[in-house]
Amino acid sequence: MAVKKFAVAAYDDEAVLFPAVKKIRRSGYKLHDVYTPFAVHGLDVAIGHKESDIHVAGFIYGICGTSTAVGFISWVYTSDWPINYGGKPHFALPAWIPITFELTVLFAAVGMVLTFCYLNQIMPGVKKHVFHPRQTDDMFVVALEINEKTSEQEVLNFLKSTGAKDTNIQFAESEWWYGRWDKAEEYEALNAAH
Amino acid sequence: MHLKYESFVREPLVDGNKNYHQVSEDIISPIEQKPGRMWYIGFFFSLVLLSYGVFSVCWAVYWGLGTWGVNRTIGWGWDITNFVWWIGIGHAGTLISAILLLFRQGWRTGVNRAAEAMTIFAVMCAGQFPIWHMGRVWDAFYVLPLPNSRGPLWPNFDSPLLWDVFAISTYFTVSLLFWYSGLIPDFATIRDRAHTKLRKALYGLASFGWTGTAKSWQRMEMLALVLAGLSTPLVLSVHTIVSFDFATSVIPGWHTTIFPPYFVAGAVFSGFAMVNTLLVITRKILHLEEYITIGHLEAMNKIIVLTGSIVGVAYLTELFMSWYSQSWGEQAAFKWRIMGPYWWSYWAMMTCNVVSPQLFWIKKLRRNIPFTFIMSIVVNIGMWFERFVIIVTSTYRDWIPGSWAYYSPTWTEVGFYLGTFGLFFTCYFLFAKYFPVVAVHEIKFVLKTSGDNYKREMAKIDAMPLEAFAHEYVNSHEEHEEHHEAVAHHS
Repeated sequence: MAVKKFAVAAYDDEAVLFPAVKKIRRSGYKLHDVYTPFAVHGLDVAIGHKESDIHVAGFIYGICGTSTAVGFISWVYTSDWPINYGGKPHFALPAWIPITFELTVLFAAVGMVLTFCYLNQIMPGVKKHVFHPRQTDDMFVVALEINEKTSEQEVLNFLKSTGAKDTNIQFAESEWWYGRWDKAEEYEALNAAH
Repeated sequence: MHLKYESFVREPLVDGNKNYHQVSEDIISPIEQKPGRMWYIGFFFSLVLLSYGVFSVCWAVYWGLGTWGVNRTIGWGWDITNFVWWIGIGHAGTLISAILLLFRQGWRTGVNRAAEAMTIFAVMCAGQFPIWHMGRVWDAFYVLPLPNSRGPLWPNFDSPLLWDVFAISTYFTVSLLFWYSGLIPDFATIRDRAHTKLRKALYGLASFGWTGTAKSWQRMEMLALVLAGLSTPLVLSVHTIVSFDFATSVIPGWHTTIFPPYFVAGAVFSGFAMVNTLLVITRKILHLEEYITIGHLEAMNKIIVLTGSIVGVAYLTELFMSWYSQSWGEQAAFKWRIMGPYWWSYWAMMTCNVVSPQLFWIKKLRRNIPFTFIMSIVVNIGMWFERFVIIVTSTYRDWIPGSWAYYSPTWTEVGFYLGTFGLFFTCYFLFAKYFPVVAVHEIKFVLKTSGDNYKREMAKIDAMPLEAFAHEYVNSHEEHEEHHEAVAHHS
């Protein structure tokens, strides 16, 4: 758990968000993250995120599925318990293609979804701080990490100058934790304390 | 400014005057309200059907499969007919979510969530039939390649029936993952607007703690793209493998190489019909006419007329091949299909699947909602008869006239079939009440490009002379600079 201090700005239009993100990156403030209600194309590039490599993971899982299927079936039919099915050869590769294909897809899909959850740090029971209640509805929310030395007024004024509709200072847990979403927010108490 | 332009030739995907908040409001507010009277009646009726199905299945398990009408000549009856029918219906969802994603069909956003849900429920129904058809259902785990105490005995990996086990369980799992990964952000939206504690807790759990960071959206898009790439061959493989159950056996009428594409086309045909049946009602009851527009229904009707025609060509090809093969068995099988005691099932299939969908060439009918609804049911009746024709009328007059037989279902088989309707609609009613029926975040994604009010604003730009447009937008100073910077960051 690491509670940090954040300056939060909420924008109501992605057309305003893009130049704002650009200005924020130039300003030298530490950009914590940007939260949007849907996938905004080009935002990852604007923030400076590299392209996701999750598809590479998917490929590797797929190969694992292929080799599991071929390896297992050929072990069963050529070594563990060879059976003569209507005179078919024991190593009947063409007949194994359907199962091999299915296992390739299964391993790739399941593996990728688990990797996706791991990388995003999401799973049932996980709780994270929501900077703005409408960040999953219609607001585009930028959180800047600030510290005690940062002038609150200055950063808020700067965020307003970039077109933010709503700005504030929050103390919040920056990582995820196990928690229930209906429980009173820990950081509300924190905010009140500061 | 960010210019999002889409041609006026394309009709808007979202009608009315919408902004992002309104989209959340329209789609999520039915979840937050008490369901209407119709919902309770429908849900109760589904539960009654489900209970009757459970009773019928219990009866068949207790007394044995002798309570079904299948006999030595006709070993597969309503059970496998219904299995293939349901699994075919289960093809539309993944086709919409995967293939149409790869083809960048924007209209899929309005219907994909409900269609995928329908797919998952239909596959659940389909799976019941082979399982209970095993008779000694407590031995069903024999199909799994488990280390066991029966000696090192493994399932037959060379058998299409086992391929089916793998294909359908994979299809179910992957469809479920694809569907659920898309639901996570929408659950987060419901969670963040929730006023009651219970809703906040449950949707908080279901949303996995999603907050919508830019990086997670980037991964989400990549995940959806790769899952679509994987699901596209998967959806084609499933019905291909189902058709192998027939095509690899040496039975006249079954032993044909045309089966895989013919089955896949038929599956898409019936799947889209079922999507239309459900969405015509859903959009009305949940007031989603502006998200599931007549344009969406028309697009699906176009697919129905296309796949219906492919199926028609397949039927005629089968007839031609039986004559051209000069095989006595093949010719007899098709003669008894068309003119034997089951002639009515063949002609019901031909009328419903080949003749009636041709009416969808008429634009007025494609965009007519009552007609679409009736046609969607006609198509599914036709597709049920197709499977009945393939299964029963290929086997009822076999090589020895002395073993020719007739088959009628008993009440347990009918009850089992009705029970799967109960299962399907119970799930669908729960889905319509507790899940966002339209993908909220995907609608928001296309809203500014394809929303009616945004498209209307584009009219001004559309009317501009080219020179003025280039001056105003393409050579716009800010846009240019931003673009260069984006490229620089990217590399």
